[in-house]
Amino acid sequence: MSGEMQDKKDNRIKSVKRMKEIMTNYYIDAKTAAQNNKKVGWITSGGPVEPLLVMDVIPVYPENHGAMIGASKMGVQLCEKSEEMGYCRDLCSYARSDIAAAPINGGPIGGLPRPDFLICCNNICGTVLKWYEVQARYFNVPLFIFDTPFCHKEITQEAKDYVGAQIVEYITFLEEHCGKKFDYDKAKEVGKLSIQGQRLWQAVLDTTMHKPAPMSAFDAFFHLALIVTLRGTQIAVDYYTELLQEMKERNAHGISAIPNEKYRLLWDNLPVWYKTKWLSETFASHDACLVADTYTTAWCRQLDYLDENDFLKSMIEGYTAIYLNIGVDQMADAVIGMVDKYDVDGLVMHSNRSCKPYSLGQYDIQRIVQKKRNIPSLIIEADMLDERNFSESQILTRIEAFMEIIKNKRK
Amino acid sequence: MDIIKSFENLNPYEYVASIKKATGKSVLAYMCSYTPEEVIYAAGIHPFRIFGMVDAIAKADAYLQVYSCSLVRGALEDALSGKLSFVDGAVFPHTCDSIQRLSDVWRLNAGMKHHFDVVWAVKLNTDSAKKYMYDVLAKFVKELQDAFGITITNEKLEKAVSTYNEIRSLLKTIWQLKSDNKSTLNGSQMNALIKAAMVWDRDELAGMLKNLIPSIELSPKNEKAKRIMLIGGICNHPDIYTYIEDSGGVVVWDDLCTGSRYFEGQIATDSNPLQAIANRYYERNICPAKHRDLNTRVETITSMIREHNVQGAIFLYLKFCDPHSFDYPYIKEALDTMGIPSTLLELELQLPSEGQMKTRLEAFIDMI
Repeated sequence: MSGEMQDKKDNRIKSVKRMKEIMTNYYIDAKTAAQNNKKVGWITSGGPVEPLLVMDVIPVYPENHGAMIGASKMGVQLCEKSEEMGYCRDLCSYARSDIAAAPINGGPIGGLPRPDFLICCNNICGTVLKWYEVQARYFNVPLFIFDTPFCHKEITQEAKDYVGAQIVEYITFLEEHCGKKFDYDKAKEVGKLSIQGQRLWQAVLDTTMHKPAPMSAFDAFFHLALIVTLRGTQIAVDYYTELLQEMKERNAHGISAIPNEKYRLLWDNLPVWYKTKWLSETFASHDACLVADTYTTAWCRQLDYLDENDFLKSMIEGYTAIYLNIGVDQMADAVIGMVDKYDVDGLVMHSNRSCKPYSLGQYDIQRIVQKKRNIPSLIIEADMLDERNFSESQILTRIEAFMEIIKNKRK
Repeated sequence: MDIIKSFENLNPYEYVASIKKATGKSVLAYMCSYTPEEVIYAAGIHPFRIFGMVDAIAKADAYLQVYSCSLVRGALEDALSGKLSFVDGAVFPHTCDSIQRLSDVWRLNAGMKHHFDVVWAVKLNTDSAKKYMYDVLAKFVKELQDAFGITITNEKLEKAVSTYNEIRSLLKTIWQLKSDNKSTLNGSQMNALIKAAMVWDRDELAGMLKNLIPSIELSPKNEKAKRIMLIGGICNHPDIYTYIEDSGGVVVWDDLCTGSRYFEGQIATDSNPLQAIANRYYERNICPAKHRDLNTRVETITSMIREHNVQGAIFLYLKFCDPHSFDYPYIKEALDTMGIPSTLLELELQLPSEGQMKTRLEAFIDMI
């Protein structure tokens, strides 16, 4: 069907339905955890979740909550509420909306389940530290900080020793607050499932090397949820096995994400959750598909470091040398790697007011990519959740100008 | 009072360039009060802090988004526009996300010979973090030695410890005189003094501060002004102190990195000097980019308020400073509970007009 007009209905990814069921069940389990004598641990998106699963703790992700708030366009309302609470409008909109949702059970799922403790890994930003301090005070629960030193050039031996010591401290913290011993045999199983899930997720993302791509970055933003929230479980492995199969079938039958893919683009930074549909359609109207992104690969980029046979120890590098915790020049190398791998014609960078570690340095990445690969790039000034920072007409004009350059280059 | 005049008239870059010219010393610029100046000094290198002193951003806008703070953008502007061409390198201690990325952007674009990252721990309440702090400092010492072909001996470190202890203790004495209504210095002079302390030749500085004290010390005067405390990061606007004084207030204490966070915390002299220096950075009053426990900052600030009989607090934040902004609601709430009125001033590169500032400050101080 490639090149032909696809029936819009046919084009849809079937696994979406299964995904929604899994996420609904997951949140029902999390919200009824106390009734089932289960503990709930809130954890940052880049945090080491596997030890929580070993301890039968239900991990809950405030950042996933932020994404849901954004996608259901409840961000502005909650951000405004946080401003009434005294939080400055320039702060991260995930943090602001989650902090505002807690006391009023706000947001699309009526608030997150109350945590028994919080696990904050600062490999993604310093903001999560402040955010989790606020929530630890609000809920009056223990906070464990998994401190992963920033790797400007490399992960140092000093940092490895420090993070290694914290893995032991983390396990001790969990044993104390769960009232039981850590099961090292189970840890091996969870580690294997985590690696297996990440391999499958990488394989799913790799299917977009195919021309035309069977899914877009906008699809990846959606299907990402499980590798974040259920990484280390059989559920995630089964789901991504099915999704991979579906993508392979789509490639075999030439079913593509957009009807007439002529131009392939790479997305950088978090999604603009409240405008994914608009952005997707706007680019599609120029026959451009965002075939890959730097964001969703963050949950499988560490596969080189992770070791099935010694998972706990391999978490040191696996959770420290992650994409946002490395220097701008290394990030640029990663972007160039993706430019080549997915054979893209241009780079679309979301300059995200909410995320300084992701956004500061983008101008350098843009210059480096321009110099080494000579492809055009576009910077969209926006925010992942606070719609007040999105100017649709201005962004539309910029996308049109950018697509002109891409099209002219092809001529 | 000549000493305070020379601090007030200080042009930091001209001054440091002249030190370099006169002594042949290498000079290293640094970004924040978590920089372990002591080991730079022990290396025979002159450390000085960058305050981001520009009036307008031109070149840096091509490197950093407008939603990074004026300190970060201003410092980069100075580097890119050649104002720091006399500098041998820069030191970036790990604190906030913006300085972290500034380090990368600086390393890639500022064209300096040397670049150091001192990636401290963020949580400062565990033995493993304490050990890591020492390891990081030892690594920094090694990097300095390799880069400059020198040896930092224990004797040199011990000398650095005693010099810095003396400077910090003298600064604290000067702050205490102000709090006791026994100082002739006004607020903008205090601001000039603390900034100069981060720039001036440290050997000379200790002597100057010692000489300064008798010349500024008064018998306690009857002070009617409302006792104000400043809470925030860097203050590079001496005029704010003047506006507060003109509005009937007086700054008697602060929790600023151009203030008490710089001088509080002596280095122990009865142990290995490098370990003692590392411990000082592990134990000193934290900036909100660091974690000690959930209530450390409120406890520190409320005890300062009690100790110095503070009547009102002004939060002095740089716009786009995330760590401070996150702490604002909970510190404000603690102050409200104590019955201490407070107000928040968000600062950009330039202050709002004098009239605007005075109207706000007068309204606030009248209310106390």
